[in-house]
Amino acid sequence: MDVEILSRIQFAFTIAFHYIYPPLSIGIAIILVIMEGMYLKTKDKFFENMTKFWVKVFALTFAIGVATGIVMEFEFGTNWATYSRFVGDVFGSALAAEGIFAFFLESGFLAVLVFGWDKVGPKMHFFSTIMVSLGSMFSAVWIVVANSWQQTPAGFHVVGEGINARAEITDFWAMVFNPSSVDRLLHVLSGCWLAGAFLIISVSAYYLLRDRHIRFAKASIKIALVVVMIASLFQLFTGHRSAVGVHENQPAKLAAMEAVFDDQTNAPLYLFGWVDENNQKVNFGIAVPGMLSYLIGFDTNTKVTGLNSFKEEDRPPVNIVFQAYHLMVAIGFALIGISLLGIFFWWRGTLFKQRWMLWIFVFSVLLPQIANQIGWITAEVGRQPWIVYGLLRTSEGLSKAVEAGQVMFSLILFMLIYLGLFILFIYLLNEKIKHGPENVDSIPSEIGHPKA
Amino acid sequence: MEFTFDLNTIWFFLIGILLVGYAILDGFDLGVGALHLFVKDDLDRRIMLNSIGPVWDGNEVWLVTGGGALFAAFPHVYATVFSGFYTALMMLLFMLIFRAVAIEFRSKRPMKWWRQMWDVAFSVASIFIAFLAGVAIANLITGVPLGPDKEYIGTFWTMVNPYTVLVGITTVALFMMHGAIYGVMKTEGELQKKLRSWVNNTIKFFIISYLITTLATLIYYPHMIQHFKEFPALFVLAVLNMLAIANIPREISKGRDFLAFLSSCASIAALLSLFAFGIFPNFVLASNNPEYSLNIYNAASSQKTLNIMLIIAMSGIPFVLAYTISIYWIFRGKVKLNNMSY
Repeated sequence: MDVEILSRIQFAFTIAFHYIYPPLSIGIAIILVIMEGMYLKTKDKFFENMTKFWVKVFALTFAIGVATGIVMEFEFGTNWATYSRFVGDVFGSALAAEGIFAFFLESGFLAVLVFGWDKVGPKMHFFSTIMVSLGSMFSAVWIVVANSWQQTPAGFHVVGEGINARAEITDFWAMVFNPSSVDRLLHVLSGCWLAGAFLIISVSAYYLLRDRHIRFAKASIKIALVVVMIASLFQLFTGHRSAVGVHENQPAKLAAMEAVFDDQTNAPLYLFGWVDENNQKVNFGIAVPGMLSYLIGFDTNTKVTGLNSFKEEDRPPVNIVFQAYHLMVAIGFALIGISLLGIFFWWRGTLFKQRWMLWIFVFSVLLPQIANQIGWITAEVGRQPWIVYGLLRTSEGLSKAVEAGQVMFSLILFMLIYLGLFILFIYLLNEKIKHGPENVDSIPSEIGHPKA
Repeated sequence: MEFTFDLNTIWFFLIGILLVGYAILDGFDLGVGALHLFVKDDLDRRIMLNSIGPVWDGNEVWLVTGGGALFAAFPHVYATVFSGFYTALMMLLFMLIFRAVAIEFRSKRPMKWWRQMWDVAFSVASIFIAFLAGVAIANLITGVPLGPDKEYIGTFWTMVNPYTVLVGITTVALFMMHGAIYGVMKTEGELQKKLRSWVNNTIKFFIISYLITTLATLIYYPHMIQHFKEFPALFVLAVLNMLAIANIPREISKGRDFLAFLSSCASIAALLSLFAFGIFPNFVLASNNPEYSLNIYNAASSQKTLNIMLIIAMSGIPFVLAYTISIYWIFRGKVKLNNMSY
């Protein structure tokens, strides 16, 4: 294998693994704010102990997020040095802003959130929880801005030629608010809220099925259900906005997402299918005629540019993007279904008697995780063969000083270390769940029946 | 040498300040890690770990932000160094991962083998990170072979020689001393007594390796003192450095631990300033042909970006300082373990 494929595998592997954790942190953090807010409002110790339990889960995910996140910042330089030289003027400033505006905020107040319960008053502690939550979202802001600039570059000009060419900022705000930033940011954030909230739903449903920590579990599920209902519906809106943006700014990606080969109006929307890239057709597919054109322009006459309108060397892989995208959309609808069903049973007062529903909740934790991963696969593989869309090819972004053997060595080590990390994470999370929250079962309440 | 106070120069020193912040802050928690295995009792080890518990992660952010700032302000330095030092950087990353998870995982289970395993990971990784940081700094002093296209043309072994190893060891010694002093501030009783005696040993270890390093630098890399000959005023820094180091045992013997710690911080800042003035205006000296060196002009981003970044830095830094000071204020005093501790 050559340096290019090895470096791409390494980046894909390390970012995919990293991306298990920040969405959990972002999602859990916002729920911590709600829980601790309820503690401040009701002065009921129950909510404080509830918050404390989820803070421990949060701290575990956060630690692995930090450990694997620092790798990402270094990898631009180690494996993609030519890319770094090309984009540093633009992309680097977003990354530096992330450090200054987000990481310091997050890591500083994290200390108070985790260790400061008896060092500061309840209001100051609540303020810290809010700051950690904001900090985690600010970091999403800057990293999505940076990535969106790779998708839809704006606010720059290219200076120099050949190996000395590089992008320089002409308008900072145009770079920050490039055509895809806002839509993609909202899409990413609600994906994060879903990931965190469904973890809480899953663990709590498990407690209910095992008849443990009843009041704790019920209260946690209710809070998280409200979050997932809002987030899953919001995802429909942001997903739609993102797809329209892809149509406008990255037509080759949209064509791959829906396997459109020839320019057409009245383009169909596939529910599923298997793309035969050589013969340019979709097998075993079911499609809604005209729906794609309608969705992106609210008019079936909207023209969709097909892949054949692009030079062969400018086309992304089609089937991977198609499958990832369709599975993501399917999961998105499944999550809406699960949230609405949960809310419906809650409204009817029978939610906690539906054991099958609770079992669905237990496994639902996997769905947003999968959707987040394949959503990013759609975005990143769909951008290929470009590392910066239309400006720099992935194959041109590599480090010239790095050899295949070195990358092979680091890739194997990353795989071994991350496998170990993942096993340890699952083991420790499981231990934490088995141990359960402290002092939540002895506090009497009208919400649930306390257990001895 | 021409010295113009322009954006490029400002950014050279801003990156330097981030590096100083990192060395002072992560320096003591790496030092605590380096001493960790010398503490035998589980309870004492927990106290050591919890002395840095709330702050180590924030300290590491200085490195992350420094990396981001380097990427933005001097992309060629970032690209050349990170890709050129690939294998060393990967080892550094693996160590940073081990260290972070060791701190988090250690307390999660009570088994003796489990805790011993993470203690070793934490301590070895701390020493290794300090060592690699020193080796990296040393390579900027000795210079590395660069091509005309700004690319590194050496190998992994080009970076390892007696001088770079010496600077690596000096860095470990410096952080051990710094960490021991921090430990004295945060502990009490028998453990504190033990740490107090270690301060004296680590100071000796540091001073000896520092003197050898200084001699070696003067003999083999005289370009490092070029600016000091041109601007004798800079010698004040060297004198301040000596005074700060000499002041540490004095304060420790009088029981003024916090002042000893400030002295230690001052000596780290002075050492890195000497280094920064020594290499200025180069970031990466090309050992094969000085014309290929990466300096603050040929490696920089555009003036517009440097300007934007300066605005970002100026608006962000007051907040960063405010959080940092509040966090250290909130967690001041001796370590007390509770049910949220590591």
